[in-house]
Amino acid sequence: MAGETSKVVDLTGKMVLDPVPLADWLVVAPVAIPIVAGAVFLMLRHETKLHGWLALIALTATLAANIGLLARILENGPVVMTMGRWLPPFGISFTADTLGASMSLVATLVAAACGIYSIIDIGSVGRRYGFYAFMLMMMAGVNGAFLTGDIFNLYVWFEVFLISSFGLLVLGSEHRQLDGATKYAILNLVGTMLFLTATAFVYGIFGTLNMADIARSVDGARDTAPLMTLSVLYLLAFGMKAAAFPVNFWLPASYHTPRLVTAALFGGVLTKVGIYALLRVMVMLFPPELERLSVLVAWVAGATMILGTIGALAQTDLRRLLGFIVISGVGVMLAGLALGSAEGLSGTIFYAFHSMIAMTALYLLAGMMKGLGGSYSLAKLGGLYVGYPLLAAMALILILAAAGLPPASGLWPKVMLVRASLDAGAPWLAFAILATGFLTTLALGRVFILTIWRPSPAGDMPEVEPYPTGKAYLALGVLILPILVMGLYPDPFIKVAGEATAGILDASGYIQSVFPQGGGE
Amino acid sequence: MEAVLAITVGIFFAVGIYLILSKHIIRILLGVTIFGNAVNLTIFTAGRVVREVPPIIPVELDVPASITANPLPQALILTAIVISFSFFAFLLVLAFRAYQELGTDDTDGMRVAEPEREELPPLGY
Repeated sequence: MAGETSKVVDLTGKMVLDPVPLADWLVVAPVAIPIVAGAVFLMLRHETKLHGWLALIALTATLAANIGLLARILENGPVVMTMGRWLPPFGISFTADTLGASMSLVATLVAAACGIYSIIDIGSVGRRYGFYAFMLMMMAGVNGAFLTGDIFNLYVWFEVFLISSFGLLVLGSEHRQLDGATKYAILNLVGTMLFLTATAFVYGIFGTLNMADIARSVDGARDTAPLMTLSVLYLLAFGMKAAAFPVNFWLPASYHTPRLVTAALFGGVLTKVGIYALLRVMVMLFPPELERLSVLVAWVAGATMILGTIGALAQTDLRRLLGFIVISGVGVMLAGLALGSAEGLSGTIFYAFHSMIAMTALYLLAGMMKGLGGSYSLAKLGGLYVGYPLLAAMALILILAAAGLPPASGLWPKVMLVRASLDAGAPWLAFAILATGFLTTLALGRVFILTIWRPSPAGDMPEVEPYPTGKAYLALGVLILPILVMGLYPDPFIKVAGEATAGILDASGYIQSVFPQGGGE
Repeated sequence: MEAVLAITVGIFFAVGIYLILSKHIIRILLGVTIFGNAVNLTIFTAGRVVREVPPIIPVELDVPASITANPLPQALILTAIVISFSFFAFLLVLAFRAYQELGTDDTDGMRVAEPEREELPPLGY
């Protein structure tokens, strides 16, 4: 057979023949580093003392790769790497544009802060059960979802981070965890299956799964294909992942049950992957359909943000309260999606940066309050100001950030979203955003009053186990620094969000990067 | 052929969703599995059904001589099957552990994480 098959075939124009430039490997580094690290943790299961530091090294390396990738994209436009030398659309293309790379960067930053905190929060049993392996695999899935340019591959990354999140969620096997994890697992699985169903239709209609390829052929298919059905399916599937009302009940059922650092990572990162997918698919691929759905999306956004904060007002457990605050943030991000204008979408993207960092920081703050005050319950905590003024100061900044008040990061994206709503002639949406800010101030302001100002209800401070405040302050500090920078010097973030918006509103740069010759048919 | 498959897919989806609406975890899990198979069949049908023409290129040619069966949906389905199988295995263990620990597989009875009567937060101080 060897003799017969050795016929020389001209591969020019059929396969990628040039070797990949070394710098392009940056595109896969934010995924490859955590995967390799996750495998290393499986091998070093018993060396639990090393785990924390190894995780920090891996996450720092991922962060560095992300920074390099974003810097390169801001300079030269989207970067593409196609797997297996097949030309797109046949090979799976990793296509990193400003939106994906910036989200990936912020998510990795959040994970690094959680990595610092996990050194105190995860004991040797948790490490032995594979906390760090799950955590890094989850970050690989999240970064993969942000960077891939292929919609089926996006589904695969969703499943990668989903199954790792199951592992993190049940770590410890407490009753509450099993209860929460059952609901989380089933509802999220149904969500991703809806996503897969929609993707099956995409393949049936377009015959391709490469998002750049879909983006350039979607206009030709609009008259004949049932794109509206497709858009509604995607909206439901990603809305479920993002925890938009009325498909968000898995979040308050589960996010308060796992280890605190897991909750912090989930609350910061996972819902934003849903928002990212909505931006990528609805805004870049199906904008006219999104415009026709905008009233629906606006109502969903309004209901999500208002009901989220009202839910938060009724909670006693700090972690459950924060779960509802996460939901209200999702509503604010959906508002920009409903508006669909450049300013609204920039606001959404900027808010996503802010929300990832602020939500994780709030969870870590709750963890510190539990460590120092001995409880998560608002009825039992109190008097923290006496012993820990630095904690009080950090809590104040975080509460201002979540409520959208200066000098913290929540202010500017909310300003952009309110202005975009008024420009779009939707004053009620602007009112909903402002009312959400007010209700969040009430809910979190009460947390501040009860836990920090109020004298401890038990009289003296309760006896708690010794708590390593240094590492916890460091983890919180890593997150509070960007919150303050975003609040006081928002220009670069607004610029990045603006470029990310431009990249999805006009997909020509994205398409051009995947198909440089414009060919490939 | 597509029409038959489409009707089958419809029945699968209906059965899957009906079971997912149940209160009992084990029925929900069966529903999820049937739902997953409905999706797999959807992918298969969406890739256009061509019978009995394997996508094999003869030795003397560079491209297939005629229309062949589309191998890509099968690759996609294989991926989806592997994923949904592993999820199903995990969910079965999770459901069994939840049944052992919580003593029920009725979702109405699973109120450990969200207790029914919760104290309100302090209204003053």
